[in-house]
Amino acid sequence: MSMTEKAPLLAVRGVKTYYGNIIALKGVDIDVHEGEIVTMIGANGAGKSTLMMTIFGKPQAREGSITYDGRDITRMPTHEIAHLGIAQSPEGRRVFPRMTVFENLQMGASVNNLAHFDQDLEKVCAIFPRLKERLQQRAGTLSGGEQQMLAIARALMSRPRLLLLDEPSLGLAPIVVRQIFEVIREVNRTEGMTVFLVEQNAYHALKLATRAYVMVNGLITMSGTGKELLSDPQVKAAYLEGGHH
Amino acid sequence: MEVFVQQLINGVTLGAVYGLIAIGYTMVFGIIGMVNFAHGDVFMISAFVALICFMAVTALAGMSGGAIFLALLVALIVSMIVTSLFSWTIERVAYRKLRGSFRLAPLISAIGMSILLMNFVQVAQGARNKPIPPIMRDTIRLFEKDGFVVAISYKQILIILVTALLLGIFWYVVQKTPLGRAQRACEQDQKMAALLGINVDRTIAVTFIMGAALAAVAGTMFLTYYGVVVFSDGFVPGVKAFTAAVLGGIGSLPGAVLGGMLIGLIETFWSAYFSIDYKDVAAFSILAIVLIFMPQGLLGKPEVEKV
Repeated sequence: MSMTEKAPLLAVRGVKTYYGNIIALKGVDIDVHEGEIVTMIGANGAGKSTLMMTIFGKPQAREGSITYDGRDITRMPTHEIAHLGIAQSPEGRRVFPRMTVFENLQMGASVNNLAHFDQDLEKVCAIFPRLKERLQQRAGTLSGGEQQMLAIARALMSRPRLLLLDEPSLGLAPIVVRQIFEVIREVNRTEGMTVFLVEQNAYHALKLATRAYVMVNGLITMSGTGKELLSDPQVKAAYLEGGHH
Repeated sequence: MEVFVQQLINGVTLGAVYGLIAIGYTMVFGIIGMVNFAHGDVFMISAFVALICFMAVTALAGMSGGAIFLALLVALIVSMIVTSLFSWTIERVAYRKLRGSFRLAPLISAIGMSILLMNFVQVAQGARNKPIPPIMRDTIRLFEKDGFVVAISYKQILIILVTALLLGIFWYVVQKTPLGRAQRACEQDQKMAALLGINVDRTIAVTFIMGAALAAVAGTMFLTYYGVVVFSDGFVPGVKAFTAAVLGGIGSLPGAVLGGMLIGLIETFWSAYFSIDYKDVAAFSILAIVLIFMPQGLLGKPEVEKV
């Protein structure tokens, strides 16, 4: 990285996160620059989702700092962070099961008081036509794949500058996975949306990524461009064996 | 038949009061999973505030029909405001810090709050019954058969109308406004609501305020109906309303209203046809029977599977 480059949009520095006395992140450094798609891969339980939630202050980092757009957000309450233009489609999707799809999308747009709601609703319905058919259905009755689409659509409804996606491909049929990765590439290219995603589906995620990190046991063990990691023998052995290539 | 219709009217009136209180229990339980045992006492305080306002306004304006109407209106509004402040403060000082603590902590704090409020009113207002002068004694005769007159009093009409109106407003707020959506979101997944920019603490505080405002409506109606209030009045109506919430399915708003109506009706019919001394036994027995066969309550939602 050259010295003249702009400061990263999101900078995670030496972050340590604990659950009680158990350490989950052991000093993590991550940079996400405006306009990038950054991928983090790692095994189950490596701490990827913990990092995603730590960025939102739930739980807060015990040590280290998280800076977004030049502001220190390490100790900021979660709901205030959401108002800075970061949105997350979290682990486990977390759609509101007893609200309709429409209401879930309204919730996604609540940070800007539904200012561009109709327009954005049309947009996400165009991206995910399945949701359009199910707008008045309760989210809890959707299939896993549809819930995943809803979680991503809900995150898009706030027009985020930085989109955090936690395992968007989890439990989805391969054709839907491809579609979702296509959507990520699309919003990044056409709207310049910055994306930070965490994936176990390493092949697709690395192919998509501008840059990527590997997390093992709460530590970053490797980083590089998506291409570099895809061709790295260690990554191949650990995350791509028997995969989709 | 005549007795039946008359008791139906009486039961619905009583049920409206229980239903209004039950909403406060069920909303708070829905959003933070805690039984707010102080809610019954908040209801009692609202009746006292209404009483004080009523006496003050009628002392100034006299007891003409217009003055009584004005007095009730002032009593209702002031009671809603003061009671909301009480409830907001209780949440702030007694519950908020205990959120995230072990589950029994806020419950015990709530019981403590209940005792505190009851004793505070006993000391401040005295232990005797506090009456208001008899008002709105007129009734409308609906029909008469074999010398038995079926009538509905103006009070009952007032109570049923005000309850229906406020439930309508309340329903609209919860179902159709951003505030109500935020409340339902917090009820279903607080962490996710926060990720979407919802201030969870503030939403919970608003829930306490709304529950208290409805309890204040119930308190004012209770005072109008019975014409008397005493410091211990938070307990039995409070427990009945809690029972109503559980019967209807705790966490469910229509369930709270339905449960309130059922408890009111069971109590009234039991008193009329069987024994007035056993009316509470009847109400609580129905609760036990329903819970054995429908542990979620009548309209309770089954646990949604977390994926």
